[in-house]
Amino acid sequence: MASAETTLNRLTGPVREAGQCLMFLFRMLAGIRLNLSVIQAILQQTYLIGARSLVIIMICGFFVGMVLSLQAINALEQFGASDQVSLLVGKSLFRELGPVLTALLFAGRAGTSVTAEIGLMKATNQIEAMELMAIDPVQRIALPRFMAGVISVPLLTAMFNALAILGSVVFSIGVMDLDSGIYWSKLQTGIYFYKDFVGGLWKSLVFGGVVSLVAVYFGYSARPTGEGVGTATTNTVVLSSVLILIFDFIMTSFLT
Amino acid sequence: MEDTATSGSHSDAPIIRIRDLVFRRGRRTILDGVSMNIRRGSIVAFMGPSGVGKTTILRLISGQLQPDEGSIEINGRQISSMPWRELKRFRRNIGVLLQDGALFTDLTVFENIATPVREHTELPEPLVRRLVMSKLNAVGLGGIEDRMPHELSGGMARRVAFARAVVLDPAIMLYDEPMTGLDPIAVSTVRTLMRETNDALGLTSIVVTHNVNQMSQLVDYCYIIASGRIAGEGPPGELKNSSQPSVDQFMNGKVEGPIPFHYQPPDTPWGLLD
Amino acid sequence: MRANYKVELASGIFLLLGIAALVWLATRATDYGQDIGKETYAITARFANVGDLRDRAPVKIGGVTVGMVESISLDPVSFEAVVHMNLASRFNEIPSDTGASVLTSGVLGDRYIGLEPGGAPDMLEEGDEIFITQSALVLEQIIGKYLFNTNEDKQE
Repeated sequence: MASAETTLNRLTGPVREAGQCLMFLFRMLAGIRLNLSVIQAILQQTYLIGARSLVIIMICGFFVGMVLSLQAINALEQFGASDQVSLLVGKSLFRELGPVLTALLFAGRAGTSVTAEIGLMKATNQIEAMELMAIDPVQRIALPRFMAGVISVPLLTAMFNALAILGSVVFSIGVMDLDSGIYWSKLQTGIYFYKDFVGGLWKSLVFGGVVSLVAVYFGYSARPTGEGVGTATTNTVVLSSVLILIFDFIMTSFLT
Repeated sequence: MEDTATSGSHSDAPIIRIRDLVFRRGRRTILDGVSMNIRRGSIVAFMGPSGVGKTTILRLISGQLQPDEGSIEINGRQISSMPWRELKRFRRNIGVLLQDGALFTDLTVFENIATPVREHTELPEPLVRRLVMSKLNAVGLGGIEDRMPHELSGGMARRVAFARAVVLDPAIMLYDEPMTGLDPIAVSTVRTLMRETNDALGLTSIVVTHNVNQMSQLVDYCYIIASGRIAGEGPPGELKNSSQPSVDQFMNGKVEGPIPFHYQPPDTPWGLLD
Repeated sequence: MRANYKVELASGIFLLLGIAALVWLATRATDYGQDIGKETYAITARFANVGDLRDRAPVKIGGVTVGMVESISLDPVSFEAVVHMNLASRFNEIPSDTGASVLTSGVLGDRYIGLEPGGAPDMLEEGDEIFITQSALVLEQIIGKYLFNTNEDKQE
């Protein structure tokens, strides 16, 4: 009897968890009151989780741009089409690599720290202390971090892309001696503003929401022990990475 | 069952009146028919071994949990039937000092103490500042307002948490293991603070603890809780010499006795991606 | 609150940097801002086949972009592709017997419309149609011609 119950729990568990996660999102957004202190908190979190991920995002972007150009030039050279490199690099960056890689890096860099932070707040009774002061911890703790994530990821994606293009320029024009005029004009005629650029922006906005929701939810539902916080942190990385790729596929199939 | 918790020496009307309180978590009954009256102005301790529901009583009194049966009256008002909005206003009258202090780690000391003020009042900034600084000075820590919690020693953090708990001048203070992890000097500092604030502000204090020795000099009245019931009560001096087995076992720290050494853990909850 | 000053400044800088990156990318690395100006006039041209010509593809004379494809539709009667394009008003002296062809930039590049100016005295104006057109070269058809050496083309 007990084992049948466990099996049922295992089957319905993920669905229930997803439901709880969604309820958490509604709870967060339903109670939203935009006043000065909330905006201040959002700004502070934007600094803590967004600005602090900036350096790693920029470094990764630069090298992704370089390696993309290297691969693209190697492949395109065989057709004598190495002047198409900027188009290839630009398309893959704007549509896929920029949003996806930034969101994955963000999940590893900021998502984990948000989960761990909220989990530790729970373990050290801070969440309970807030409830006792009649302060809604979801609004006070979870919402600013969630909003900051939603704001940060598109901006970080933009910076990732900018640095990747810069890396590509450095490699293609600086190292491989391609013509810079052709390079830029290919970008400016071949990359479509609405389809590639805005589409990528939408993606990164959704990814930012997904990663942040997963991070605050797992932090908030972590068991209040050191081990529980550790598990929650791992879960954040695993689940948000999987969700990013799933949502990437869904959004790509709707956008194009 | 020890039902009549009212002590003869307590003459005026009790500030907290608890009747036949039952609380269950899942299939486990945590509290099973607890009744007590707590006199205004006293310091009362809930003692008992770990995990018997002492903290649960605190949460029931603060309205965080709803009892399954029975009632809690504070100042003649029913807590359990109060609508949420009213409960929020009511909680202003209750200050809580949790285990480890529970300072908000992302805020400065000043902001920590100011948080309940900002949340529950519309005071202008200069008044908030004066209020916070006066409380900080009262716990003897004027001048540390710009530090972060992780820069404080354990005793200092506990005193800051204390200042935060009393900043709105509550009528009732709840302490959950207020001395855990403190050195002897800090223990006596916090103890003095508790006594002095209690008497100066006319508070009623409830302390949850399992440490008999630290508390016996401080509290006026003691409830020993075991197996979800009140196993014994009285001033701490009397309890020490009690002949009742579970009271004697707890007060004098004996392994053998009616309180079991072994404990059946509940089923581990289901977790995603285990 | 004083301690927050630096944090607010830093997050402000972060926001500005992010927005700057967005604007830079949008204007430098996409076709946004490659608009031909607000003052335009519309012309149309019919093609048997436009290949994979897209909206917003450039319209060029001698390699210089003079306009942009607005939309592509199908004539329900003749089954020809009707390409609507906007030309910049500053290029308003294009002869009316100008020809239009769907061309490809590079081997694998994007399609664009190339205009070859004629010699007629009157100029193209708003709503005019270009009658001399040449369809896109479709790779499979060219290969097919080579392989089977068949000169009959279904499309002609």
